[in-house]
Amino acid sequence: MELAKLTCHEIHNLLKSKEITSLEVTSAVISRIEAVEPDVHAYITTTFEQALEQAKLVDKEILQGKELSPLAGIPIAIKDNMCTKGIRTTCGSKILHNFIPPYDAFVIQRLKEAGAIIIGKTNMDEFAMGSSTENSYFGPTRNPWNLDTVPGGSSGGSAAAVAADEAILALGSDTGGSIRQPAALCGVVGFKPTYGRVSRFGLIAFASSLDQIGPITKDVTDCALLSNVICGYDPQDSTSVNLPVPDFTKSLVNDISGFRIGVPKEYFIEGIHPEVKQGVEKAIGILEDLGAVRVEVSLPHTEYCVAVYYLIAPAEASSNLARYDGVQYGLRIPEEGLIDMYCHTRTQGFGNEVKRRIMIGTYALSAGYYDAYYLKAQKVRTLIKQDFEEAFKRCDVLITPTSPTPAFKIGSKTNDPLQMYLSDILTISGNLAGIPGVSIQSGWTQDGLPIGLQILAPLFGEERLLQVAYTVEQNTAEHLKYLPGTSHYTSQQL
Amino acid sequence: MAITKKEVEQVCSLARLELSDSEKDEFTCQLDSILEYMAKINELETANILPTSHPIPLTNVLREDKVKESLPVEEVLANAPDAGKGHFRVPKIF
Repeated sequence: MELAKLTCHEIHNLLKSKEITSLEVTSAVISRIEAVEPDVHAYITTTFEQALEQAKLVDKEILQGKELSPLAGIPIAIKDNMCTKGIRTTCGSKILHNFIPPYDAFVIQRLKEAGAIIIGKTNMDEFAMGSSTENSYFGPTRNPWNLDTVPGGSSGGSAAAVAADEAILALGSDTGGSIRQPAALCGVVGFKPTYGRVSRFGLIAFASSLDQIGPITKDVTDCALLSNVICGYDPQDSTSVNLPVPDFTKSLVNDISGFRIGVPKEYFIEGIHPEVKQGVEKAIGILEDLGAVRVEVSLPHTEYCVAVYYLIAPAEASSNLARYDGVQYGLRIPEEGLIDMYCHTRTQGFGNEVKRRIMIGTYALSAGYYDAYYLKAQKVRTLIKQDFEEAFKRCDVLITPTSPTPAFKIGSKTNDPLQMYLSDILTISGNLAGIPGVSIQSGWTQDGLPIGLQILAPLFGEERLLQVAYTVEQNTAEHLKYLPGTSHYTSQQL
Repeated sequence: MAITKKEVEQVCSLARLELSDSEKDEFTCQLDSILEYMAKINELETANILPTSHPIPLTNVLREDKVKESLPVEEVLANAPDAGKGHFRVPKIF
């Protein structure tokens, strides 16, 4: 049995029946990382020693007959923008290349309490700014399905690690699609819960009104299990929502009869790759056969989403990133005067995409332009939010493609920032409106690249969203291709 | 032109960034096409629309003003590029 290929719930059952140990699982994942990392480069930092120690502790608890939580003894990869006490946290940037947090993010505290094993910190676009993981100071990650293509971004390391069996579970963060788009390009499940469901305490801030942490997993069941652990109120994050968190495993119901599936026409426009369109249409057809009702809906302000997002997110980023000045942590370029020290530290510490976004944001917030750009964008954000409120009066969930194209070639969009921004066109509306969204596998292109399908639900509608995702997964043959024991690429390609 | 080289220089100085002359040209060109694309939102009439700063309606979030334990000073200063006597040290300001 190749343990690294298994899902979290499969491993949990084997641990419970004492057929395997956490040490065996952790060692298997470490061997897998050592074998494929030279090709994939999903990790910035690995924490094997601590992971093995941790695994031994869990095994001891199992022997003592302690009740086993669903994540106990399971190796998990963490995107490198979540603070891990004593473990370097770089955000993919030179400016934080040596930062060792003195505290754990809320989600890390929760994972530790649940007994999960942190196996390493994954690669990402610098400060989560990018859609391909090519903007990392530590070099790009490659898509395990085709090493010449990108894994998507910015949580490309986490998505590639799960797809390549270099982790059983992973956490990503999603500001404009950074969990869902790489999940789609790597053929795994990526879930952004409602804004406020997961505490951002200890998540290095990019755009505070949009950032959200969420799971990247091999299947929907694992997604529900990990969500159960990370969701919940945290007074340390003033935007954390104080609402009861449902048991998401109760949504793992293979039934969709009577559900109204909204299909927004603006998400199936020209420019969407024909095979992506076909893959998503096929899945919608399967759901209709199972008793769902298809409803045509319109989100008329869709064409403005990219413009609104690329004003609001950089504006918030330019403010959030002002803290990197060489004083409290990270890189410092020593200079005689303070202002020179600030300038040289930031100029040498940030990569080009981060500089571009800081500049767009600074410009949009500066005197004379604030009303025309930033305030105007916030007003259009209201219209985008209202589009969803109207649409959800007529349907329970929306189904769209996740990304307009399958994984693209490394280097093909790096010189054209605007072209790169357009790869988020189908996911950023979810962040602007704050609603939950999940990407799951819905087929393959002829070239063998995964196609992602996105399900969106109203604010706090995670339960119905996961039920639809689970039903799609259970009723499409495609997903079997990447489940354990099937024709996973692992043995042939790497 | 949505943005000129001179404006790019001004933005750089506000953001504490320095660009070489060729970088300034490159960024001016890229930012110009990005900002031109952004101008799309001006097609919409928004005089009577309230801005959204946040996706979830929130009012002020307050907590009791109670003293709680802080992180130990040494641990916080451990990441500082330069520190001494319990403080961050910076180059001279004037």
